[in-house]
Amino acid sequence: MGVVARVSGPVVIAEELAGAKMFDVVRVGTLGLVGEIIRLVGGTATVQVYEDTTGVRPGDPVENTGQALSVELGPGLLQSIYDGVQRPLEVLQKNLGDFITRGFVAPPLDETKKWAFTAIAKVGAEVGPGEVLGTVQETALILHKIMVPPGWKGKIVSLASGSYTIREKIGELETASGRQPLGLTQRWVVRIPRPVARKLPPSIPLVTGQRVVDTFFPVAKGGSACVPGPFGSGKTVIQQQLARWADSDIVVYVGCGERGNEMTEVLATFPNLIDPKSKRPLMERTILIANTSNMPVAAREASVYTGITIAEYYRDMGYDVALMADSTSRWAEAMREISGRLEEMPGEEGYPAYLGRRIAEFYERAGRVVTLSPENRTGSVTVVGAVSPPGGDFSEPVSQNTLRVTRVFWALDASLASRRHFPSINWLQSYSLYVGDLEPWYQAHLSPEFAGLRQRALALLQKESELQEIVQLVGVDALPEREKGILDIARMLREDYLQQSAFDDVDTYTSINKQYRMLRAILGFADREQDAIARGVTVAQLQGLPLRTKLSRMKWIPEAEAATQFEALDAEMTETVQGLVASAGGA
Amino acid sequence: MAQGKAAPGSGVPIEYRTVERVAGPLLFLRDVANAAYGEIVEIQLPDGERRQGQVLDSRKGLAIVQVFGPTMGMNIEATSVKFTGEVARLAVSDEMLGRVFNGLGEPRDGGPKIVSETRLEIVGNAMNPYSREEPSEFIQTGISSIDVNNTLVRGQKLPIFSGAGLPHNQIAAQIVRQAKLRNSDESFAIVFAAMGITSEEANYFLREFESTGALERAVVFLNLSSDPSMERVVTPRMALTTAEFLAYERDMHILVVLTDMTNYCEALREIASAREEVPGRRGYPGYMYTDLATIYERAGKIKGRKGSITQLPILTMPADDVTHPIPDLTGYITEGQIYVSRELQRRGVYPPIDVLPSLSRLMNQGIGKGRTREDHRGVADQLFAAYATGKDQRALSAIVGEEALSAVDRIYLKIADQFESEFVNQRPDEDRTIDQSLDLGWKILGELPDSELKRIKPEFIQKYRPKKAA
Repeated sequence: MGVVARVSGPVVIAEELAGAKMFDVVRVGTLGLVGEIIRLVGGTATVQVYEDTTGVRPGDPVENTGQALSVELGPGLLQSIYDGVQRPLEVLQKNLGDFITRGFVAPPLDETKKWAFTAIAKVGAEVGPGEVLGTVQETALILHKIMVPPGWKGKIVSLASGSYTIREKIGELETASGRQPLGLTQRWVVRIPRPVARKLPPSIPLVTGQRVVDTFFPVAKGGSACVPGPFGSGKTVIQQQLARWADSDIVVYVGCGERGNEMTEVLATFPNLIDPKSKRPLMERTILIANTSNMPVAAREASVYTGITIAEYYRDMGYDVALMADSTSRWAEAMREISGRLEEMPGEEGYPAYLGRRIAEFYERAGRVVTLSPENRTGSVTVVGAVSPPGGDFSEPVSQNTLRVTRVFWALDASLASRRHFPSINWLQSYSLYVGDLEPWYQAHLSPEFAGLRQRALALLQKESELQEIVQLVGVDALPEREKGILDIARMLREDYLQQSAFDDVDTYTSINKQYRMLRAILGFADREQDAIARGVTVAQLQGLPLRTKLSRMKWIPEAEAATQFEALDAEMTETVQGLVASAGGA
Repeated sequence: MAQGKAAPGSGVPIEYRTVERVAGPLLFLRDVANAAYGEIVEIQLPDGERRQGQVLDSRKGLAIVQVFGPTMGMNIEATSVKFTGEVARLAVSDEMLGRVFNGLGEPRDGGPKIVSETRLEIVGNAMNPYSREEPSEFIQTGISSIDVNNTLVRGQKLPIFSGAGLPHNQIAAQIVRQAKLRNSDESFAIVFAAMGITSEEANYFLREFESTGALERAVVFLNLSSDPSMERVVTPRMALTTAEFLAYERDMHILVVLTDMTNYCEALREIASAREEVPGRRGYPGYMYTDLATIYERAGKIKGRKGSITQLPILTMPADDVTHPIPDLTGYITEGQIYVSRELQRRGVYPPIDVLPSLSRLMNQGIGKGRTREDHRGVADQLFAAYATGKDQRALSAIVGEEALSAVDRIYLKIADQFESEFVNQRPDEDRTIDQSLDLGWKILGELPDSELKRIKPEFIQKYRPKKAA
């Protein structure tokens, strides 16, 4: 048992802690506040405390648990909402009321609930890490595979199907070091990545239903993306849209140092949202980690690790997992705050010198992998991290260190947001390095034509920005009709394609197939427009066509009617533009 | 020099005369056995005057105390410090309504001290996100640019980003005066916290509250610019503790006005630099985000409780710079912002609210069918887009002349002008209903052809667009 020697905010220095190891979890003070050892010097240990330290004084006891910060993994994780150190907020509310008081420890998973376990592995079989012992139907959507924990190996002595709580023994394993009880859960230290057999190259897109993302800047399953943007540019809405609509099996949403009301919104809306594929509530595949900005800063630091460890666990079962971290800047700031309290020599802008390494280590935990398992199951963790650069300036350390390791960059643009162009992803600044990797998939699953359409659309938008510079000097009227036509099409692309309302029932999700049809319609119109212009039709005439209203409302065409409506639109386009050409006297 | 009267055991406060160093607002005390982090101390000056302070750093044999007030007159030999064994608390009761207190919660109006059984810790515990109720009740402020474009809802925190010399106080006062739920006369009780503002500004608010009768339903905490800056660090917490009591124990709907958050942050920086901490941006402490969050996040609603706390913090952006750490960090915590524009002020528009950089993140929950009107989202988006386009055309026409614009662009240009002069502009006593504001919005969009109304659903255009006189 050690004693407190110094308290300064979330940092406590403890003395006389015998046998303390780095990153051991300790309990501080009479309330037993949870903390973690982050520095050892001689006989003193520096502890970052995950709870408010008000009232802690020198001389108070410090108890070392001897365990590193870890999470409990097992059935019951889905639909849960945790704080940064995996305390279930629902249980906290039942026990503590509406405000989170200190020193309360709650088991992360329901200890009384009985789960129907179906054994798959046979008694007497030799099993190794990752091998599936059996399954539990966790929610209607997700079959939870109970696996042999990493590092374990041996012969199954006993294993039986039946109804178990997570604290009951489901069987026994004869290992080199003796008999080990098998249960429905396992623990894993959050700061260490769970082991995998090998990583796979990215080749499948994470389809999100967001046009600007899927068409122009796609992220691969197992990839990593960063979304930096100033406040009000729609980071959170994009993260939530991805959490809602991305075609991953599991979503882990980490609200790291963000607004309480936003987490409430997720909690209020997710149970009512229906997954487009399975027609089940989205909450059944979702895990929320909510460490809001006013909750203790050290727990915020831990929250992203808690989130990614849970994500890796489901990946190991063979699922595609998407992890949204909103916002990694708050995580970095938590590191900075702790580092400042430790009086470490600061790096850039007061951030610790190890900021870049920590960020890189975190994103490196993303990936599509072959898991440790005899049947070579594959699974993936896709990481999408929001970054909140001060003043919207992307040159700051967190943005820069993140850009170095992520392969997709969705640059959010305040000027787009202020004119309510959402998602405010700037199409000229953003990039995705997965486009080449994913092209075979688009060819095989969508159309060989798609890559070309995408390229053309981007070129048009690029051309528009060049033309805009000229327009700023001489006005639109000075441009030749052909270039006015380019501006016209680029505007259609911006307003009718890139803009997408998260709040409209139909527009909120566009299937990849409908995206293809929409893009094809706009560029199809572009072809006919250029052709008509060459034959003497003016852009103003083309803009006046009633057809244009129909084109601008493509986004509201329901998925079910897409096939017929787009066919009709295509025919109408040919017909009306030909009509214009004829009346203009062209041949 | 002598060891203080150390009283072993609990209950009796321990007194020390072991001041080692006084630096800025900080007092360094030697030989202190075990001060609790955050403990409140009472400091007695050589001349008998008493001041309060709080422990910021406690280690074996040393306590660093932040003094609420000036350190003037303190010395090494004769200053004594008493450790109360308590963290900062505020006695709260219904009697607080209609009263004026100083920044530390002591009466300023000559009235009696608040005596109450209920003494709450002013550093509130974090609200469990699971207990929060999603704010969704539309507050009609009667100001079109807020109601239509940046809707305020109960339980939201929506700051006013302003600059020196802009009428943020008038806007705040107008909101306080007019804010109500639609189809309801139920008004808000007000908790007003002034941090480092001038007595003139404070008097303006007090007169406003008085003339509308709001003072009876208001609790006022005043820390003026002449008052100790260190008090400012606790003033908003006093105010929010009171607000929480009234909202969650007394079922009241509270509108908290905090002004000026810039002064609060300055005080925070003063302490940080006195402690020789590693500074973050522009000398502000690295934990300012967390600190501000513990203030702003105290807005909200709780499931199963009737009351609510809506926050309206005001901050003046130094040199109108929105990237300055104070507005920047605030914007990352609050649910949007109301942006007061100098350009509009110069054009003579009141309230000079620039809707483009303004934002209400909770707007969607508060608007639409059953709350405001089904066309609200579309009209708001269309106005945003049209105004943004119109402003672009304005900039363009300054270079190439209005004649070089296309016919549609000229309509946009006109819309931008009308939007400012008719929609945003209104009298300080003009209280528009949401229907009036939305209809006005339709009127502004008047000349645009249907095909340009891409943000509004066709059926709403049919239903709400004013029919042109034949």
